[in-house]
Amino acid sequence: MSEIIEVIFSINTFTAAIRMATPIAMAAIGGVFSERSGIINIGLEGMILTGAFAAVVGSFFTGSPWLGLLAAILAGSLLGLLFAFFTIKFKADHVVAGVGLNILALGITTWLMQVVWGQKGASPEVNGLPEITLPILNKIPILGDLLAFHSPIVYIMFVTVFLSWLLLFKTSLGLRIRMTGEHPEAADTLGINVYFMQYFSVTLSGALAGMGGAYLSLGQLSWFSSNMSAGRGYMALAANIFGQWNPIGAFAASFLFSFSDAVQMRLQGINLNLASELIQMIPYLLTVIVLAGAVVKSKPPAALGEHYEVGK
Amino acid sequence: MSKYKNILNSILAIIFALFVGAVLIKISGHSVKEAYYYLFYGAFGTSYNFAQTLLMTTPLIFTGLAVAIGFQSGLFNIGGEGQLYWGAFVTAIIAIKFTLLPGYLLIFIALLGGALAGGLWAAFPGYLKAKTGAHEVITTIMFNYIGILATTFLLKRYFKADGPVDQTVMLTKKARLPELITNTRLTWAIIIGIIVVFLVDQLLKRTAIGFDLKVVGENIFAAEYAGIKTGKYTILAMIISGAVAGLAGGTIVLGVLHRFITNFSPGYGFTGIAVAVLGRNKPWGVLLAAFLFGALEAGGMAMQLFADIPSDLMEIVQGLVILFVAAPAIFEIIFPVIKKNRGVESNV
Amino acid sequence: MKAIELKKITKKFGNTYANNKIDFSVQQGEIHCLLGENGAGKSTLVKIIFGLYQKDSGEIKINDQIVKLKGPADAIARKVGMIHQHFMLVDSLTITENIIAGAEPSSKGFINYREAERKVRDLSEQYNLQVKVDSLVGEISVGEQQRVEILKALYRNAEILILDEPTAVLTPQETKELFNVLEQLKKSGKTIIFITHKLKETMQVADRVSVLRDGKKVGTVETSQTNPAELARMMVGREVLLKVNRTQNNPGEKVLEISNLNYKNKKSGLSLEDINFSIQAGEILGIAGVEGNGQLELEEVIAGLRSFQQGNIELNSKIINNFSVKERRKNGLAHIPSDRLKRGLIQNFNLANNLVLGSEWDSPYAYYSILNYNEINKFKDEIVKEFDLRYTKNNSIAGELSGGNQQKLIIGRELSRETNFILAAQPTRGVDVGAIEYIHKLLIEMRNNGKAILLISAELDELRSLSDHLLVIYEGKIVARGSTDKFTEEELGLLMAGHYQQGGENV
Repeated sequence: MSEIIEVIFSINTFTAAIRMATPIAMAAIGGVFSERSGIINIGLEGMILTGAFAAVVGSFFTGSPWLGLLAAILAGSLLGLLFAFFTIKFKADHVVAGVGLNILALGITTWLMQVVWGQKGASPEVNGLPEITLPILNKIPILGDLLAFHSPIVYIMFVTVFLSWLLLFKTSLGLRIRMTGEHPEAADTLGINVYFMQYFSVTLSGALAGMGGAYLSLGQLSWFSSNMSAGRGYMALAANIFGQWNPIGAFAASFLFSFSDAVQMRLQGINLNLASELIQMIPYLLTVIVLAGAVVKSKPPAALGEHYEVGK
Repeated sequence: MSKYKNILNSILAIIFALFVGAVLIKISGHSVKEAYYYLFYGAFGTSYNFAQTLLMTTPLIFTGLAVAIGFQSGLFNIGGEGQLYWGAFVTAIIAIKFTLLPGYLLIFIALLGGALAGGLWAAFPGYLKAKTGAHEVITTIMFNYIGILATTFLLKRYFKADGPVDQTVMLTKKARLPELITNTRLTWAIIIGIIVVFLVDQLLKRTAIGFDLKVVGENIFAAEYAGIKTGKYTILAMIISGAVAGLAGGTIVLGVLHRFITNFSPGYGFTGIAVAVLGRNKPWGVLLAAFLFGALEAGGMAMQLFADIPSDLMEIVQGLVILFVAAPAIFEIIFPVIKKNRGVESNV
Repeated sequence: MKAIELKKITKKFGNTYANNKIDFSVQQGEIHCLLGENGAGKSTLVKIIFGLYQKDSGEIKINDQIVKLKGPADAIARKVGMIHQHFMLVDSLTITENIIAGAEPSSKGFINYREAERKVRDLSEQYNLQVKVDSLVGEISVGEQQRVEILKALYRNAEILILDEPTAVLTPQETKELFNVLEQLKKSGKTIIFITHKLKETMQVADRVSVLRDGKKVGTVETSQTNPAELARMMVGREVLLKVNRTQNNPGEKVLEISNLNYKNKKSGLSLEDINFSIQAGEILGIAGVEGNGQLELEEVIAGLRSFQQGNIELNSKIINNFSVKERRKNGLAHIPSDRLKRGLIQNFNLANNLVLGSEWDSPYAYYSILNYNEINKFKDEIVKEFDLRYTKNNSIAGELSGGNQQKLIIGRELSRETNFILAAQPTRGVDVGAIEYIHKLLIEMRNNGKAILLISAELDELRSLSDHLLVIYEGKIVARGSTDKFTEEELGLLMAGHYQQGGENV
């Protein structure tokens, strides 16, 4: 028993949780932007996957993981823009289109992997992003261990949490995005460009999710494997809801999910008399429980999932 | 009128998706003509190939129908995959354990048990939706992971046959679904599928239960107003939907695999979404759409085998079909342009 | 100078003309009423002026310049402001945020909230429009919300103000206050376009009136040169019976009795407190009050859509507190819901399916759950004939019907069942004059046939002409009751606004 508690509350577990939270939190914040502007974004899963793939392709052809990261952001943005096009311009049902996008992304990445490398399953190894040690912070005990030795995308994630919060709640653009998601007609009558707010937010959500994907393929690993997003996009969406459509809340929820996942992985390492399948269920069960508990109290943007037509 | 418009939209969506597929084939340096020749050949070229298409069609009828039932009641059941695994698992266990029963009864009870298991597994997300409002899209996805892990766990702990593979023992002959055409793997499962399509269609069209399910799907406030217990119907819709998905698993076990194997489904539950969307959530539409996707799957394999084009292309086509069907406005926006370009012909 | 001049404005939705070659001009500095029935095309016309809709053809001049309005931003840039019938406000944002959004005082993209609040405060003092700048809009009264709407326009330096049915949600006293504000705005040189279907208001507030009917302009007259009867004729196109013929009733047995009913709405915080009343057969009891004072809660508690905490509801001598909606309906309840699109019908269902809604398990429409469409369609034909339902296609869906016909569909469905208690909430909301007359006649007929009717309405005239007795509801409490002829309109207005003696009940 004490062994289990030791595993759960060790610094290693927390550090692992921060790492694992990174792609989910990035996508979850993407979800926050998208949903604050009124567009339900189930397509986050596909955007993560596409980002992960583009990152490896970028790194493979240029040799630079940084250009790989850029490729992930671009690919994610493009997919976000495509999704925005379907949901806004073509008035597709957000949820159905999002599922379609995910299947499409899964097909394209698996297919392209075979076209580019002739391999099914996984790509060859490429240059991954190097870990960066933060000066000063690395000298502080515990806190340094937790925060100072990570992939650059982890630091980008922390900055993103803060900047996204500022953008949404302190700037003109943020107020306009929030108003669009709550009441697009009200925004329209104030001369706010509703479509721009939605295209911007959904494209941004794609960029963020794509960056989250790049962390999976170039940060944690240095190759791409088929369907490597493995449901993180859906967890991100749940984190966005549990986090009350707030970047800080979304990060906290992502961390909670990842913490349970980190515990799960570390518990498999020690010899418990418990089947690994049961331990593996923990994060999924937690997501369901949290979601069921959270939605009772939460208030989504009022016009979430609707189509608004400017200028009939 | 709008019915024909829907059918037209569906056909256009398929053509568009195949067109994008062709562009991808071209880009990857293959011959489009050759690729689509083998796609067609693999699906319809010989009677064996056609049987193969029908074999691929069968599980999609069930999973597509499962999604469609959910949609009709305003629910998006993405949990077909997990429900299918439970259906397959329980069907297999019954078929293995109750061999004293006569053949047809054994098959019937095994499938019934599988359907019940799938229905029960779907009832949880339905209950959560009704009681807390937890969005079924996320909960059913999580229940997929949990369901697959749970059946794997139960199999490994209690029912695993000797050997390296995580699977049960083979079913006895009498527990297997009889072949429909000899020397193919096509069984009576597809007939069961068509019967279920008919039953669900009748349920939705001709019964008060179906009426109430649709009312809840169309307008939950009006349903409350009319005295319909909306929570009860949300759960019921999920149970029926899950039961049909469970039958997909059950018929695969009794008809094709003749045992339960972990991770046997290549994503039938997810393909069911595309099938339902393409079939406009109408039971007979689902049957047609399942047939089309069955043909794509069977043809895609031939394409991979003979033209060396990864069959994942068919996944791309599926994704595009969903996107195009979900966005009917796309054709309304494109077609005025086409009309304009044609000029005089548009009067025809 | 003309502030607004429209020439031959035409706008079609599908095959119907919402506006058909309308010429319309407004002098600078005047209050100009745009009068017409529901569906006459008033809202469409002003939405075109505000850039929300695009005209199909015609010409728009603002301050003598031809303009092209691609969206509200273009209209705002030309100093046009609009106060919408359904407020364009976001409940979860503050008053200040609602006002400044789209034109925020900011530096480097960051909003300067202090500056914003100061500006809003200054404006509110200048025009005597009291608001609390940092309250959430969802937590303030309807009257205050309207002031926020006006401030939104003024904040954008609007010189031409369009008000779309601004009095629909106000008490007579609040209306009077609004008119004072409008006078003040006029004095400071603003031009005002005021949309209404109420004749009395038009006569009170306008300098000139333009009347629309069926998408066309009937004419423009000076208010001082006309009278309500003439306006009514212009508006409807024929003589209108403004009075309902209500004879003395013979009340029978008690049908509905509500005693000590208490209900708390946990979301909005609104409570119904100690509600007591009863209705007899052959009686119409009206509930008067400003919207949002508990009428919806009362309606839904009686209908069984919300459960309440305390008290008794007795219908036909049975306590129905724990009855489901279905059981209540079996026990004599017919319900015309206040929100017909949300509750009353299913827009994608055809007429037959909408008519059988709620009876789909009952004989003869179903036999052990199997639906009998022969019977259902026969029933549909009967209702269509009896209630004069008009529809275009053979298999029309409810969403395609006009507001009046949708309402007839609901009323037909509810009244065709064996019931003796009719819960009629806002039965004439958003329907044309012809349908209003018809529905009023029908309700009186039902009363004369011995049904008990609870009429919840926001229209004082409707309540006063139909009801035998009136209750006034204010903040969830009944503050006055009595037979209808004991109240003057003035008194009702005061009571609805909360001016009543504490302690005892009035009248």
